[in-house]
Amino acid sequence: MKPSPFEYHAPESVAEVVGLLAEHGDEAKPLAGGQSLVPMMSLRLAAYPHLVDLRRVESLRTIERVDGHVRVGAMVRQAVAETDELVADVPLLARAIPHIGHFQIRNRGTVGGSIAHADPASELPAVALALDAEMEVSGPGGNRRVPAAEFFESTWQTSLGEGEVLTAVDFPLWDAGAGFAVEEVARRHGDFALVGAVVGVRLNDDHVMDAAIAMFGVGTTPVRSAAGEAALVAGGIDADLREVGRAAAAHLEPTDDVHASAAYRRQVAPTVVARALARALEEARS
Amino acid sequence: MNERVRVTMEVNGRTEEVFTEPRTLLSDVLRDELDLTGTHVACEHGVCGACTVLVDGVAVRSCLMFGVQADGASVTTVEGLTPGDGLSPVQAAMRDCHALQCGFCTPGIVVSLTAYLESRPHPTDDDLKEALSGNLCRCTGYQGIIAAARQAADAMARDAGVSSG
Repeated sequence: MKPSPFEYHAPESVAEVVGLLAEHGDEAKPLAGGQSLVPMMSLRLAAYPHLVDLRRVESLRTIERVDGHVRVGAMVRQAVAETDELVADVPLLARAIPHIGHFQIRNRGTVGGSIAHADPASELPAVALALDAEMEVSGPGGNRRVPAAEFFESTWQTSLGEGEVLTAVDFPLWDAGAGFAVEEVARRHGDFALVGAVVGVRLNDDHVMDAAIAMFGVGTTPVRSAAGEAALVAGGIDADLREVGRAAAAHLEPTDDVHASAAYRRQVAPTVVARALARALEEARS
Repeated sequence: MNERVRVTMEVNGRTEEVFTEPRTLLSDVLRDELDLTGTHVACEHGVCGACTVLVDGVAVRSCLMFGVQADGASVTTVEGLTPGDGLSPVQAAMRDCHALQCGFCTPGIVVSLTAYLESRPHPTDDDLKEALSGNLCRCTGYQGIIAAARQAADAMARDAGVSSG
């Protein structure tokens, strides 16, 4: 199938992007790397009379270190972030990216596009949620910052308002003594995960000082688990990780689809979390 | 909205100018406007990899971008990777190792592997499987393709060694 007709815009500044989005309202959609949007348009699952391509906006392609964060411009290609020296300081992000599609997809796909697209089975929204990333958003009312916890609302739905565009994501840096891991179960290499988990832990001697657990593919948004994190902090390095996994996955509401049943996802999630935590703890100890 | 727009790009080293609707996929621009039918179109939603081309030197799915997005870019198709005389190392290895049967997926595999091996000259067998994971083949069962990838990687590394020293 072929996409329905649209008018193509390729502005060179965020101000022009915001202007075009304001002018065309809900008829306009920003186009980042297009690795989700273009196939959805080809399958006629999505149609927009106006596409605003962000590819010429240079300011969206920078990666910089700012006050304990690494700020990744929305149009930074995943393949660029995958090997970037500054992004390497955010190990969870760097390690999640190779799980996205295939290298040909990551050559086009962008960090901001994946997060703004908000597919609940994709990796980067879960990474943003686990790390308490903050979204930089520009819109008709100016700029604002949105915590990841308030960004993901449902499948393909975020709290971006009409005419707003994601311009950058700030990923906080963790102190020394941390470990991170990405674990997922997928039917085939490069497919969306049936169930996945991204985790971070930080140790001081035998104490777990910080814990972050986010799961994906298990609901309509990525899911952060305060209960799982609390169980790990309480249990310390000798915590029963299967118990922590069960606590993390206790209130999930996954759905059935052609790839896996909800019951399967509920059963697998605790194991995926436990495996991820085991690897993260091992790294943090070393 | 159906108005055609001008797109100028360098394709296989030649400057090409086409007039195309914004909604036309790069894969269709290459095939229908420029008669470069080596770029094959199968799933048309980014899963199979048959339409893989190089855009500004990196391998991408040409069905996952609009032709208009390639305005100003340099595009290389499988035709552009084929020497005037004979076969490229990847193509020769595909032939030697019986890495194709119907051949429909082959252009995408040749383009993907060429790009991968240029960026990663000494891959392990696992690297090669990872590199091939984005291209579907329904005939071969992949073993011949993996063997071809190994042979091509070794040949390209040898050639690089000769030319550099």
